[in-house]
Amino acid sequence: MTTTTADAAVDEPSVRKNSPGAARGPRRTGRIRRIGLPYLLLLPALLLELLVHLVPMVIGMVMSFKELTQFYIRDWGTAPWSGLDNYTMSVDFDAPVGEALLHSFFVTCVFTVLSVGICWLLGTAAAIYMQDVFRGRGLLRAVFLVPYALPVYAAVITWAFMFQHDNGLVNHVLHDQLGLTDKPSFWLIGDNSFVALLTVSVWKGWPFAFLIVMAGLQNIPRELYEAASLDGAGLWQQLRRITLPSLRPVNQVLVLVLFLWTFNDFNTPYVLFGKAAPEAADLISIHIYQSSFVTWNFGAGSAMSVLLLLFLLVVTGVYLALTSRGRKAADV
Amino acid sequence: MRIRAAAVGAVTMSLALAASACGGGSSSGEGSNDSPKTLTYWASNQGASIEVDKKVLRPELDKFEKETGIKVKLEVVPWSDLLNRILTATTSGQGPDVLNIGNTWSASLQASGALLPWDAKNFGRIGGKDRFVDSALGSTGVQGQDPAAVPLYSMAYALYYNKKMFADAGISKPPATWDELVADGKKISKKGKWGLGAEGSNLSNNIHQIFVLGQQHDADFFTAEGKPDFTSDGAVAAIKQYVDLMAKDKIVAPGNAEYAQNQSLSDFAKGKTAMVLWQTASATFKSLGMEDDEWGVAPAPVQSGTPGTGTNVNSMVAGINMAVFKNSKNIDGATKFVEFMTSDAEQKILNKAYGSIPPVKAAQSDPAFNTQATAALRETLATSAEALPQVAEESQFETAVGTAVKELFADAAAGRPVTTASVKAKLEKAQQQMPTK
Amino acid sequence: MSSTSTAPRPAPAAERPVRAVPRSPMAPPRSFLWSRAIFLTLLTGFVLLPVYVMVSSSLKPLQDVSGKFRWVPSGLTIRPYIDIWSTVPLAKYFMNSLIVAGAATVCSVVIAVFSAYAVSRYNFRGKRVFTVTVLSTQMFPGILFLLPLFLIYVNIGNATGIALFGSRGGLILTYLTFSLPFSIWMLIGYFDSVPRDLDEAALVDGCGPLGALFRVVVPAAIPGIVAVAVYAFMTAWGEVLFASVMTNDATRTLAVGLQGYSTQNEVYWNQIMAASLVVSIPVVAGFLLLQRYLVAGLTAGAVK
Repeated sequence: MTTTTADAAVDEPSVRKNSPGAARGPRRTGRIRRIGLPYLLLLPALLLELLVHLVPMVIGMVMSFKELTQFYIRDWGTAPWSGLDNYTMSVDFDAPVGEALLHSFFVTCVFTVLSVGICWLLGTAAAIYMQDVFRGRGLLRAVFLVPYALPVYAAVITWAFMFQHDNGLVNHVLHDQLGLTDKPSFWLIGDNSFVALLTVSVWKGWPFAFLIVMAGLQNIPRELYEAASLDGAGLWQQLRRITLPSLRPVNQVLVLVLFLWTFNDFNTPYVLFGKAAPEAADLISIHIYQSSFVTWNFGAGSAMSVLLLLFLLVVTGVYLALTSRGRKAADV
Repeated sequence: MRIRAAAVGAVTMSLALAASACGGGSSSGEGSNDSPKTLTYWASNQGASIEVDKKVLRPELDKFEKETGIKVKLEVVPWSDLLNRILTATTSGQGPDVLNIGNTWSASLQASGALLPWDAKNFGRIGGKDRFVDSALGSTGVQGQDPAAVPLYSMAYALYYNKKMFADAGISKPPATWDELVADGKKISKKGKWGLGAEGSNLSNNIHQIFVLGQQHDADFFTAEGKPDFTSDGAVAAIKQYVDLMAKDKIVAPGNAEYAQNQSLSDFAKGKTAMVLWQTASATFKSLGMEDDEWGVAPAPVQSGTPGTGTNVNSMVAGINMAVFKNSKNIDGATKFVEFMTSDAEQKILNKAYGSIPPVKAAQSDPAFNTQATAALRETLATSAEALPQVAEESQFETAVGTAVKELFADAAAGRPVTTASVKAKLEKAQQQMPTK
Repeated sequence: MSSTSTAPRPAPAAERPVRAVPRSPMAPPRSFLWSRAIFLTLLTGFVLLPVYVMVSSSLKPLQDVSGKFRWVPSGLTIRPYIDIWSTVPLAKYFMNSLIVAGAATVCSVVIAVFSAYAVSRYNFRGKRVFTVTVLSTQMFPGILFLLPLFLIYVNIGNATGIALFGSRGGLILTYLTFSLPFSIWMLIGYFDSVPRDLDEAALVDGCGPLGALFRVVVPAAIPGIVAVAVYAFMTAWGEVLFASVMTNDATRTLAVGLQGYSTQNEVYWNQIMAASLVVSIPVVAGFLLLQRYLVAGLTAGAVK
């Protein structure tokens, strides 16, 4: 890929620049049109992103500075400005609102780290184990992709059924059949709900890691392995010296994408627990949803969202800065 | 520099759009009669399913169209979505003309100013305020303000019991006090059968139950000035008593702690539990295959004595109200529709279909409301039911305290002790989550 | 895979075979085979457990799913599959989901192709700003713009008469932007791997830039485009939050409609499972059929 930077003001299509032979093509169009074309091509995407993401985000930020409770939601233009009140309330960790937000934040962090870690581990291990051809490999790969392909709600509803206290499979196996617990456990309320959420999240998320790592493995030239095995490198050494280093750029993107998806995941806890998630599994997205829609304080909810966004921006920025040594910024 | 220009352009455009969005609902003004021939109606899910509701309501709406020429577009909104939909409609100004609301939401929605106030003039257009039962009117908004809604269906809590399970356990009459209920429950709770059903993860149901117990312990949850007061001794005692049915008395199955979708009713219909405290459950039992003569109904229990007022309240005023969106484009038609739905004839038809009690006095005389199932409810509503606090923060109260009770049930189910201190701690947290004015 | 009749030469990216790269010519040691067998078996069990529950429960009578869990149904019945259509108007929700996800996918892919082509083939001012901005929308918490988005849609509706709020159109617009960032990013990578000589040849043959895009680049990038389409479709098919507030009776999608099986008086687990299965089949089947393309697309595009 050619490296491109924003400030390199080259208005020529790079196709032509790279190929002097075709430099002055027969259908030379006006300069304006040539400059305008890339912008024209980007216009639909730009407009839609503006409409659905960027402008609403700006409005959301404006809302976060307003006292937007049920008394004002009908006409929020007239809602009084509250300055930083929503923010100070959200980060006052001695008061219940801030304390709950902080708790939710920690739960989300632990959850995300565990979920992304396990997803990556399972996905990578499965992809590497399936690098060689063996019988049934194609079928197995299809099977492994099923959780990723299932619609979120269908998958999570099934898990919710399995986690039922009285008629679920999990208690039937753990308690009735294996006798591991003295009495049936609760999975959807109380502390176990964290385990339940993590299980569902991993089940749903690891095939994506598997898919990406599998694709990444295809890009490793087989000559590398051949050379290594001629040198007498064992399986483990090949894994350490060739496979894992070659996957580095793939992993960089994969982990970031998994992190963002998991951290922002709303659908899984919402379908699993409903509107009020148990404390142990109170993910930040559900927490903010509850703070805005259930308690009707949209100003506070917006402020929390903005804080979350800032956090994600910082984490992403730091992550990219730390990991992209050797990778061109334009590849982002 | 062009980048900067583009960026400035984009930001300006965003702000312009944002500013126009600030108009929100107000842009559509205070309502009009611009489109007098159609109405949109959001009905709540009263029957066994949304499809059942459509079948009940459609003929009535057709009747209305024949009378007035106004076509009603019906949407039955599931309970899980209703409040969100109302909130979005309120914020955006784009909602139905007429809608059903849970009567406990009246004051909260009233505060948003989105609903048409029912002043004397508006009430006059539907036949006057005194056509309605007082207790039902008590749950239509903050005291002293014009009601935000009109009662449509009334319901009350009662104790439903399985006659055969009672007979098998040698119990001759339904319990009238909590002590009797616990004693009877203990006789029944063995061999996989349980005394009482509960919906531990259903926030609204938790609130309804502990509100009544609160009344019996002389606790109101809100001060006379409308400030939250969740941690009074009475409130703590009430909630502890309710959760103790599972934690200490062990007459509620631990599995009920995660019930939120009326599983306790199907347990009852299957003969797994002998009693439930519920509002107008008769139609549901029938649809679950339980015959009318298999169950009995009695007033919900009190601490001692007989149901009445004050600390002998044994039910909340449950029910559905009907409201008109203030910026409706067909205010006259909407009012006419409310008049139609609260007319004596329609009240009889609708409340019969749903097993509820008409909040319209004249309609109550119909013999259908004097059966075993409905007489007890009607009596309770008339003599010993109390409306939930009519304060703007009611919906936050339901969420905060309802969640606290849910968490306490989770503790009880997991075998953790539920003590006065632990109850109080949960309630303190709930109270601190309430908005401070 | 690449029936590139219009392309002057076969495109290497599309031709890249989906096959294993053997680690070494030697046979792997026995311990490796053992651990692989154990690991893959356990993983298969974990993956298939919910699938088994879904399929078996959907064929059980109601008393089986409301009592203790049973591995083997007490009797098989197809009643749930008949009842699901009448308990809630599933067919209507199905159509809605199909329309919304289908339209969102088509629009998203077309727009992503245009954008990716511009970024891949041209240098222009603001290119980096564009890619970074579009990609960063991936990290926006949906909850932040949920309510503002309604306000915008309603205001657009009031100003222009185009009903976006509550309509399928509004939902399509929303969903297509959800998949857009990832799609653009992936296609940029894919287009970059299509040799520029091909474009040149097309330009020499007298095609305009758009002609080159559609007659050369797109055919050569079919696996990447299929991968993006699958992703866009799944995103739209599975979304819950926006659908729950932005749809009404007429436009409700499956994601919200499935809640209808938990009715006022009974949770019909067998019907829920049957309905879940029915709504999953189109996506899962499509996904599995196209997974070859998906891997090929990812290999050449995203993970290069």
